[in-house]
Amino acid sequence: MVNLTIDNRKIQAEEGQTILDVARKNGITIPTLCHNDALEPSGSCRMCSVEIGEGARAKVVTSCLYPVAEGLVVNSGSERVKNVRRTVMQLLLARSPESEQLARMAEDLGIHPEPRFKPSEDGSKCILCRLCVRTCETVVGVSAIGFSFRGPEKNVCTPFHESSNICIGCGACASVCPTGHIEMHVSPSGDVRTIWGRDFKMAACSKCGLYFAPEDQLTYISGRTGVPMEELMVCSSCR
Amino acid sequence: MTIKIKSFGELKELQEKIKAGRDPRKPGITLCVGTGCLAHGAMKVADAFREEIDKRGLSVKIDFRKTGCHGFCERGPMVIISPENIFYQHVKVEDVGDILEKTILKGEVIDGLLYANPQSGEKYVHEDEVPFYKLQTRTVFGMNSKVDPKNMEDYLAVDGYSALAKALAMNPEDIVREVVTANLRGRGGGGFPAGRKWEETSKAKGSPKYVICNADEGDPGAYMDRSLLEGNPHLVLEGMIIGAFAIGSSEGYIYVRNEYPLAVENINVAIKQAREAGLLGENILGSGFSFDLKVNRGGGAFVCGESSALFASLEGRAGEPRAKYVHATEKGLYDKPTNLNNVETWANVPFIIQNGGDWYAGIGTDHSKGTKIFSLVGKINNTGLVEVPMGTSMREIVFDIGGGILNNRKFKAIQTGGPSGGCIPEAYLDMPVDYDELTKVGSMMGSGGMIVMDEGTCMVDLARYFTNFLASESCGKCVPCREGLQRMREILVDITEGRGQEADIELLESLGASIKDGALCALGSSAPNPVLSTIRYFRDEYEAHIKEKRCPAGVCKALITYSVDPAKCTGCTLCAKVCPVGAATGEKKKVHAIDPDKCTRCGACKESCQFDAIIVR
Repeated sequence: MVNLTIDNRKIQAEEGQTILDVARKNGITIPTLCHNDALEPSGSCRMCSVEIGEGARAKVVTSCLYPVAEGLVVNSGSERVKNVRRTVMQLLLARSPESEQLARMAEDLGIHPEPRFKPSEDGSKCILCRLCVRTCETVVGVSAIGFSFRGPEKNVCTPFHESSNICIGCGACASVCPTGHIEMHVSPSGDVRTIWGRDFKMAACSKCGLYFAPEDQLTYISGRTGVPMEELMVCSSCR
Repeated sequence: MTIKIKSFGELKELQEKIKAGRDPRKPGITLCVGTGCLAHGAMKVADAFREEIDKRGLSVKIDFRKTGCHGFCERGPMVIISPENIFYQHVKVEDVGDILEKTILKGEVIDGLLYANPQSGEKYVHEDEVPFYKLQTRTVFGMNSKVDPKNMEDYLAVDGYSALAKALAMNPEDIVREVVTANLRGRGGGGFPAGRKWEETSKAKGSPKYVICNADEGDPGAYMDRSLLEGNPHLVLEGMIIGAFAIGSSEGYIYVRNEYPLAVENINVAIKQAREAGLLGENILGSGFSFDLKVNRGGGAFVCGESSALFASLEGRAGEPRAKYVHATEKGLYDKPTNLNNVETWANVPFIIQNGGDWYAGIGTDHSKGTKIFSLVGKINNTGLVEVPMGTSMREIVFDIGGGILNNRKFKAIQTGGPSGGCIPEAYLDMPVDYDELTKVGSMMGSGGMIVMDEGTCMVDLARYFTNFLASESCGKCVPCREGLQRMREILVDITEGRGQEADIELLESLGASIKDGALCALGSSAPNPVLSTIRYFRDEYEAHIKEKRCPAGVCKALITYSVDPAKCTGCTLCAKVCPVGAATGEKKKVHAIDPDKCTRCGACKESCQFDAIIVR
């Protein structure tokens, strides 16, 4: 166990935890955009920035990655921290003005758009939080999507923006996306799901007959787990 | 070379044998074929020398050696005649016959090929008298002019690999202690003490341990690492092998940009030679220590010079940095203990081992030791690579060694530390150049780039230029760097094009502070430096652009107009002749005029005017 201070509160924590883990366990709110408990932290949104240390040695770090240590002094709401959060939020508001989720979060944090940043007109709601890419890689284990280009041109896509033949159409990327940028469409009868520019044939539940999952996804799960396909052909409601 | 050197004794014997076979009085011609000289046509000069030497049957009578960069790139191609050490500059194919005929055979000095001081006109015969060289301390870089990078015998002839033999007979902990005592700080950017890195890596748990040479030099205008790797690859190798032994590593990588084909070629040749000679691979020099390394070519992303992005790239992933709250010395490449140093840092190591850490710590300032190679470029007379002790004043570097500003114009500022360094104004010219002093004035050492600017440089436009570079080179992983630099660039473009707004300077300052605090890696956290330092020292220029819609330096096209000064114009018609759009017109011997609607502000008239009659406002 280590002893640290967050916002003048003395806290005991287990070694190896991050500042964010410990803060949340102790009811201290730190905003995040790219964090998800099911994933390793990425440190890309910088919303969870906090200030550590005191005086000239004080510095801003990302709480989702910084490991707690004995004697650590954390300030989760210093002026420097507020400036970083405000800047990050204003930059993202200008990048994705159409995202309702971002607008709501900004309002909660009392942050207003910076009028000097001309709002982007491309209609993209993607804030490059990387949750989709990390989920596909580490939770699903497929890596069907990744990034292309760098800097301002960076974007999430399938390789060469072509329809991916390794994507299983599971839709985990769309469900984890915090801004609703990744779109998934289902045909009126429910037999086809479209995502990342590819149509996936849906499997019907062997009991109730409802379409419930892409065939490619079931084949993938069967291959990974060894569970026969027949057993997987039952939807979660009938199971 | 195919002889395998099996012991320290055999290395010494071989060095002595090579030296004994070389007569110091024998006439020699050393030609620089570093990248700068190659661009000046040095390869054609080299071919001409070979041909003429053969034709005159002189090949046994004289030594002809092609070497890497000597540093005085402005004056290439360069030739040094030994044993007298005569220095010829701007040597052309036509001069080759003369050099052989007059200087080599008759001992005459060719006046037309000598270097003349651009200010005083004074001429210098010998290399060590030329102020550019005389005022330097070329400890690390000086060897470049003595070795053919593809010939390992040349390196052995200057006692190359003696430091390795000495190190292999020492305790690894003692080697680390020497580097700690030397207080060698990283030459690549951060300036972190190399000895501490070595210490941490050697103590870290985990296997294997890696040593890496960062040769992903990406600062525009900086090429000291390139020149070391191209010109003296064995020196870098020797440093790395010593480091690997001290740390307890058996595997290493050299990460070099693919845009440096000659560096890639020469380091690969050197590795092959060192392996064949038993200096790399299994049981080095019979010591029982084994170490080998691979060359990995980088794809050209600026960010891959950042150590954690470099690891990602080496591992086959996209070059994106990660947080370094756990040091690479514990978890670096493949999450194993890793010691990464830059090319120049490694090149310093053999000298520290040979002469001792105390000797090294005797050079430089309190917290910055040794010499540093700077790449002096921009509006300067002596463009080139300059090695001086830490603490040398900026004025000495720019004016005494660099020969002052091009065309006798006025010095305005110097950008140090690469694109994410800061701009230092004239008031600080006498400051000693070291890590801490540069940081104090809002800039940094970086890898040692120095871009000199004259009065014709607009500081807002300069900040826009570097911010544009950094915005496009941001990896895009974290929000402050990716989005923030883009917005900074937009605002700077607005200011330079006359759309600046009242509160822009304050916004740039606060945005800059947030990016510094919030960015994930050193690229992002240093990226606001060009903007913040130019605002700090040249705020009035920003204000002139925003409030008066005026570019004081006469650079920003949207804010300037060209006109003719009737008092100075002689009606020579030259401006009308060079104007590409017919905006400058007038009759012979009568005052000319420029039509502002037609004028594209290309500056051709101003450059051509002999009477300084073109006004830019």
